[in-house]
Parts: sequence; C-alpha cells; structure tokens
Amino acid sequence: MNPDSNPIWTLAWTFGLMSLFAVGGANAAIPEMHRIAVDVQHWMTDKQFADVFAISQLSPGPNVLIVTLIGYRVAGVAGALVATLAMCVPTVVLAYYVSRFLGQTSHSRWPAIIQTALVPLSLGLMGASALILALTSDRTWTAGLVTAFAAVLAFATRVNPLWLLLAGGCLGFAGVI
Amino acid sequence: MPPDSPPAAIPAPDLPTSIPPGLTALFVAFAKMSLAGFGGVLVFARRGIVDRHCWMTADQFNETYALCHFLPGPNIVNLSVVFGARFRGIPGAVAAFAGLLGPPVVIVTVLAALYAHFGEIDALRRILAGVSCAAVGLLITAVFRMMMPLIRRRDLVGLVFLAAVFSAIGLLRLPLQAVLLVAIPLSIGITFAMRRRAAA
Repeated sequence: MNPDSNPIWTLAWTFGLMSLFAVGGANAAIPEMHRIAVDVQHWMTDKQFADVFAISQLSPGPNVLIVTLIGYRVAGVAGALVATLAMCVPTVVLAYYVSRFLGQTSHSRWPAIIQTALVPLSLGLMGASALILALTSDRTWTAGLVTAFAAVLAFATRVNPLWLLLAGGCLGFAGVI
Repeated sequence: MPPDSPPAAIPAPDLPTSIPPGLTALFVAFAKMSLAGFGGVLVFARRGIVDRHCWMTADQFNETYALCHFLPGPNIVNLSVVFGARFRGIPGAVAAFAGLLGPPVVIVTVLAALYAHFGEIDALRRILAGVSCAAVGLLITAVFRMMMPLIRRRDLVGLVFLAAVFSAIGLLRLPLQAVLLVAIPLSIGITFAMRRRAAA
C-alpha cells in the first residue's frame, strides 16, 4: 500500500487488518499500534502515544477507544470514526458468524482447544504492551517507582483502578515524575 | 425465537427473564455499561446483563464471553454484537454495538480535540505522564493475574509460547501479523497433539 495515499484509507486498512490479529483484545494490540503509529507512519511521538494511552484509560468505555484517539490525531473527527469502525467491524462480523455456527454444532471441542492455545499468546502480547508502554512512560526512576507502586497496590488490594490513575495524575501534576 | 413484542423504552430493573430486551433497551443498557466502565467494561457488562436485567444466567454469560475472548478484536465489542444478535438478530446487534461504542466515542473524540488544542500545556503533560505511569502498573497487574493459572498448572508449553510472543513483539518489535501467523498454528497444533496424547 502506498503510504502517501489518503490518510483515512491508511487508517481503515491498518486498523481493519489489525483487528483480525488482535488476539486477546485491544490491549494486546498496543505494541502493533505503537509500531505503526510511532515507528512506521510517524503519526505521533513516543510521548504523545503515552498521552493517548493515558487519556484512553481515563475515559469510560472499552479499551479499544485508544484507536479513536489515534485516528483523531491523524485525520480529525473522520479519522476517529474510521479508525474505531475499522478496529471493530471486521471482528464483530466474524464473531456474529462464528457464534451462529457454534450455536448449530454443539459439543465441538475445537473452541476449547483454540482457547487454550490462544491464551498464552494473548498474554505474551499484553506483556509486550506493558513493556512498550513502560519504556515510553517511565522515563525517570520516580516514574518507574509510581508504576511499580500502582502495580503492587492493584494486585494486593481491591481499590478502584480509577483512584490509582487519578493518584498518578496528581503525582504528575506535583512534578514528582 | 423471541416474540415480537414492542421494545420497552426504559429497561425496568425487574424485567422478567422471559421477555427479551427490545432494541432501545439493548442500546440503553450497553450505553450505561460502557459509560460506567472505567478501565474495562467487562465487570459492568456482567453486572448489567446477569445481575440487573437477568437476560442471561452467569453460565451463559461466561460461555458467551469465552467465545468472544478467543475471537480476535475487542472482546467486549464482540460480546455486544453476539448478545444483541441472540435476542434481536442483526438489528439487535447493531443496537448493542451502537450503545456500547457511540456515547464513549463522542466523549473520547471531545477529549482528543481538547488534547489537540491543549496538549502542549506543561501541567497537562505532567498529569498525563503520571496517569500513564499508573495505567502501566495496572496493565502489569492484569497480565500477572491472568498468568497465575498458567503458572499454577505448571503449563510449560503455554509459558514458553507466552515468552516467545513477548520477546518477538516486545523485544524484537516484529510485526504482529508475522508473529501470529507462525504462533497461532503452532500453538493450536501442539495443544491438539497434547490433548490427543492425554486422551490416548
């Protein structure tokens, strides 16, 4: 595909293709989003990618909305809509047909086998997401400490994640990070 | 097949299980779940569908979610479509999809516009940097929580695949498609072979 072509078109095929490979959901596709948005297409800087991730986590709604933010950055409101639909529509069409197919053929063991096979892959992808986001976000040792502290708190307690995000924001505002 | 009763305008909290949700009810219910869902909608989806509206039993919900989890793409978006289609066919799927994504997309687009205007302000940059540090911590925790079953089962094959994908994507920064086109058939093949050997 020609990278000089219409950016809307680039968004559509980039995220449309990505959605079919997003095993484990939107968070598993973050490394690929970063690779394309920062390294390949130069739509945004590393810092802007980290900002976009932060905004998507602060917003209500599914995690997939990070692509809405990337789309807006590339081509405004139209870009936001196209990126969101491209990331969602191919897989929901697939989900619709697979669920209908499985509704007819019960007792198949393939779904269980495929699920067992895919879980480690999606976890590997999410681990890679965490690593890449840590490399873009944690530029100082205090920032790394905030990440580690948030991880431990979230693991050990049942505190609402939103409070941890807001606490991070306050620390950032105070200039700790 | 669901009877063609007129859709309820507002989802009543005590909707009996026998009445399938109408299109408006689907849209409103998914919009509410989505807007309540900071950092993941799944918990709110389960609460709304199973506990509040009794549209599915917990087992049915888990089954549907498992299906949507092994399919690619955003799980909860897949769930909205499968769920909506089950009750109201394609119009139901569209209503649930639009409810789940419509309102938050508007909010996020407004935030994106604000960021485009004010993103260079130093205080905002510092705040977002702090938020993203904490969000990375949350992601790490989520990954560890989901890894625990693999570790507990001493699922060596699974852990090897996990490490291989992590290295290929996170360290070598290889393209997603290339990695998965190798990893998915390999992992399914090995899982299948091990099941057969265990069964034999």
